[in-house]
Amino acid sequence: MERLRLVENPVDRLARTVEALLVIASKPLSVPELAAATEEDEERVETALGLIAGRFREGRSGVVLEHVAGGYAFRAAREAADACARLVERPVQRGLTQASLETLAVVAYLGPVSRPEIARIRGVAADSAVAGLVERGLIAEAGREREGGAVRYETTPLFERVFGLADRSELPDLEELGGDVEELRSRLEDVAGRRPA
Amino acid sequence: MAVAVRELPLDLDAFEGPFDLLLTLVLREELELRDVDVAEIVLAFVESRVERGGLDLEACGEFLVLVAALLELKARGLFPGEELDLEGLDPEEAAEELAERLAAYRRFRAAAGWLEERLAAESDRYFRLGVASLAPAPARPLARQEPEQLAAALRTLAAARPEPSLGHLVLTYPPLSRFLDRFRSLLSSRGRFAFDHEVDRLSRIEQIVAFLALLELRKREEARIAQAGPFEPITVWNASAS
Repeated sequence: MERLRLVENPVDRLARTVEALLVIASKPLSVPELAAATEEDEERVETALGLIAGRFREGRSGVVLEHVAGGYAFRAAREAADACARLVERPVQRGLTQASLETLAVVAYLGPVSRPEIARIRGVAADSAVAGLVERGLIAEAGREREGGAVRYETTPLFERVFGLADRSELPDLEELGGDVEELRSRLEDVAGRRPA
Repeated sequence: MAVAVRELPLDLDAFEGPFDLLLTLVLREELELRDVDVAEIVLAFVESRVERGGLDLEACGEFLVLVAALLELKARGLFPGEELDLEGLDPEEAAEELAERLAAYRRFRAAAGWLEERLAAESDRYFRLGVASLAPAPARPLARQEPEQLAAALRTLAAARPEPSLGHLVLTYPPLSRFLDRFRSLLSSRGRFAFDHEVDRLSRIEQIVAFLALLELRKREEARIAQAGPFEPITVWNASAS
């Protein structure tokens, strides 16, 4: 009688390897990075990621696979948030002021952008807000406008991870946010006159 | 209120009238902005606010935007290279530029609001970020304390502590006379002796007492002592024999 042999699905084995890579990484790993590390093609890695996502999801596991900041990473399940909050603190997110958030928004939409450009949009100096965001790791230097020009800044992968964005394209369309030019112009005209000098 | 800002009365060296008229004249380049003291305008606005009482944020915001625009125009006027940009800027264009700028700011302010909401919505997402800093240990409140317990504890601390025993440190000194007698006997029988040889097997304390006995004999001129140098053997001989 032919003996039964347990044949392992090769994608299962790859999924375990990808799990191991995600566990040791301190940042999200992209499909190309995973493919390079496992010496597999990207399509198979994506299949493996699909398997892992099924195993590690909210309600089933304390660890959840998420697609964030251009890659894949494990995070804690939301139901464990209270316990996590008692164990660790989050200096990056804590105490972000209105000025910091406005500066972050300018950098997120327009980056790379320099401090003078940020100040021109916000109407106040952005030095302190920029320094604070750099210190938190949410934005980083991204070269200069030209040789000897102002340093420009752009958001980091940490920004996307903290805000739970797969990438910056998930930010809402800027044109749809506030700022009705016609309404503002009519208000300005109301103040500035249209009265004969 | 916009009305309040528009009607703000100004009494400057270069201009007298309501704020909206000043703005119109400046935008139409019928008034040299370099002659306008912007600080005086700010003072006039602050005084009017104080007179009206209360804090009208909308009026303050409107005023700040307009004064900032005036200051920028004035600053640009100081740079000849940019004068060309402003030439021909009619009031409508100036208003348009201001409106564009305000609209841009509003959009980014709204984007900041969106980020804030997003951050709040994602507040239950925890992930590892390098080495996670441990949260500060929670403060542990003291258990209920009774004054009597505190008094008892203080009494225990205030009680006189027993004197420590030094019994194990007590030293016993041999009598000086023992060595005086021994050395006298040696001197009378042999006439001289080597001190080191005589004390070689004695304890450190006994050696010290023996040395004191030797000095006593020297003091009484019963013995003479010689030593070639420090730590060299000491020779003792009968003083009456020399």
